[in-house]
This record gives sequence, C-alpha cells and structure tokens, in this order.
Amino acid sequence: MSLYDGSLDVPGILKEWYEAELTSNYGAYIPFVGTVRSEDGIDGLSFDIYEPILKSWFDNWQDKAKQKGAVIKMAHSRGDVMLHESSYIAAVFSPKRRVALEFIDEFVEDFKASAPIWKYDLKNGQRVYAKDRSTAIKGSGILGAK
Amino acid sequence: MNKKEDVVLVRVEFLGPIQKDALELEIVNLNELAAILQKDEEVKEWLDNCAVAVNDNLVTSLECELKNGDKISLLPPVCGG
Repeated sequence: MSLYDGSLDVPGILKEWYEAELTSNYGAYIPFVGTVRSEDGIDGLSFDIYEPILKSWFDNWQDKAKQKGAVIKMAHSRGDVMLHESSYIAAVFSPKRRVALEFIDEFVEDFKASAPIWKYDLKNGQRVYAKDRSTAIKGSGILGAK
Repeated sequence: MNKKEDVVLVRVEFLGPIQKDALELEIVNLNELAAILQKDEEVKEWLDNCAVAVNDNLVTSLECELKNGDKISLLPPVCGG
C-alpha cells in the first residue's frame, strides 16, 4: 500500500505493479482506477487519512488474499486531487481471473465502508466534508446517548 | 504510598472533519468518556456516527478498561476513493 501527496500517477503506478509481479506467475491483473468526476460544481476533492488503522485494515485484506494465492495493491492520495485526476487505485493479481474479479469487488466495497479516509469537496475556495456520501464505520455510535 | 501511580491519563483524538484539539483525560473506562463527550457541545453531534479505537484497534463496546497512556481515537463516517 502506498500513500501519495496529491494526485496519483496512474500509468506509473500501474506499470510499477505490473513489472513487480511480471514473473510471479499470476494469470490475472485486475486494476480499479478511481477518477475525480466533475459534478455539483466542485473543483476537486481532498482527503484526510488515518494511517495506523488504514494499515491494519489493509494488512487484514492482504492476509485474506494470500490465502487464495492472490495479492492486493493499493494507492491513495492525501490532500487535494483536482478534476479528472486519480485519487485511488486498487488492483488484485491472482493465478486465475475469478478470484481477482471477486476480490476487487469485495475489497473496493469494504474500502468504501471501512477505510479511515475522509473526503472533502473543493468548491469556491472551501474544503467541505462530504458528509452525505460518507458511511459510518461498522460498530459506530457506542459513545452516543442511549 | 504514592497516589500518582494510580492516575490513569488517556489521550483522546478527534479525526478527520471533527474540528477539535486532542484532550487529555483522567478516566478509567469508555463509559466515563461517553458521559464527558455527551456534554461537549463541539463533539456530541458526532457521537452517534463515530467509531472508537483504543490504541488503534476498533472497539464495539463500552466495556473496555483504560490504562495510563492509552490513545483513544474517534472516527467519523468515512468515504475513501
């Protein structure tokens, strides 16, 4: 897993991962590239990351992948990422395609629901928390009033 | 007997969009933390949707005893990618 300040160098990262596993005898390499889209008048997105819990969350997924003979790669941005740039790349390598296709789906969905990353819209010079698009982590609310 | 040895001092950090500086509190469990934060005007609106980690491990129950030097983190709703 790699974290970068600002947008991701998509061709560079995909190439780096491809070359790293070139002789690992994986039959499938399935990447997912997330790109910042123009919508609601935003100029871009911005991200905060809490690294210690992100790392343990990722390591747990890597262990699951390993049990199936697969490997997961992930890159994410910190700070500002402008329109049409990428903030997130995930990929799975596996011996056969089915494992990688299923893993990339499960991994990206759990990433959205659980990874300790906070997204903000950049709009009119402001950085506004994307509250409506955010998901409470499983088990949230224990400190709330009963 | 030195009473100071019995003091349990923990650090509470507010992550992401919660605009609040870390707190140092003398508490021995998360029930005490809940009582304190429910009275905190800046934080109380977040509590129903925040996950809680003790020393970077997510916890799902208030039945968690705290030790001196523990770090507690509050994680509001997330949206990576």
